[in-house]
Amino acid sequence: MNTPLWEVFIRARNGLAHRHVGSVHAADPTMALQAARDVYTRRGEGLSVWVVPSNAIVASDPADRDMLFEPTGSKIYRHPTFYEIPEDVGHM
Amino acid sequence: MTTTSIAVPDEPRIQTLLGLADDALILGHRLSEWTGHAPTLEEELALANIALDLIGQARMLYQATGLDEDALAYLRDPPQFRNMPIAELPNGDFAFTMVRLFLVSVAADRFWRNAVASEDPTIAAIAAKAEKETAYHVRHAAAWVIRLGDGTPESHRRAQTALNALWPYTGGFADRAGWLQAVAPVLSEATLVQPADGWMQPSGRDGRHTEHLGHLLAEMQILPRTHPGATW
Repeated sequence: MNTPLWEVFIRARNGLAHRHVGSVHAADPTMALQAARDVYTRRGEGLSVWVVPSNAIVASDPADRDMLFEPTGSKIYRHPTFYEIPEDVGHM
Repeated sequence: MTTTSIAVPDEPRIQTLLGLADDALILGHRLSEWTGHAPTLEEELALANIALDLIGQARMLYQATGLDEDALAYLRDPPQFRNMPIAELPNGDFAFTMVRLFLVSVAADRFWRNAVASEDPTIAAIAAKAEKETAYHVRHAAAWVIRLGDGTPESHRRAQTALNALWPYTGGFADRAGWLQAVAPVLSEATLVQPADGWMQPSGRDGRHTEHLGHLLAEMQILPRTHPGATW
């Protein structure tokens, strides 16, 4: 069977970003959205669902991992740990 | 069978509630039979979700009668069930299951959307929950009916065969003229021919059923009938 694959993204609450939760097979966008709803929101997980054709996703090559991500490991000054967040700001 | 069946009061409100509840329970049971047999994992969960929606609706309606919901589900004989026979027909193939779900869900959707404004506060409260569930059942089933009808020659043939076989079971739907208006656009988009109205099966509200209900209940009721009071 040659049914297209779709990646599923769910937003759990207002103010949060959609998160990748998995994938479904479906013949077209409408059925993909229904399948995503039926498979991934059975326990109140979401308020919004996106489906994206899996072949539309451009992924980094695992062989490039060191080149792409290793250099960032030594740049600790990029982390926001050198100043204090006022309590009034709350959760950031 | 070691347990005797219960007697149900012949009160109009109870009988009306039982009609609605039995429609939901029996169709829900039929859909649950797809578990482990559906064509894809995605559709298996979709059918199970709908089955659970329907069984949840049945529970609320049974509870609204003031009688024991378990006894109503498990300790009545076929003539005491008030469901429409369309709900009890065997699942057949996937097209039959989806066309049946579509025809029944459109009728249920129209009923629940009106019932939200019911003067009976219990019915109105159940409707507020059920109308959202049923609206999705219509959407999902209609999507499949369109894809099967307007799909391959084989899927079209199966969908049309199912529609023809199911049509005589739709005579008992409330406000059938309105129901016809609601199903017609989907049948048209599905390139399915709406069958002519001929002889119609009885509504089932008087307890007359097809031979299939007895077999369904035998399977559904065997555990509580054989082991009264069994718990997990």
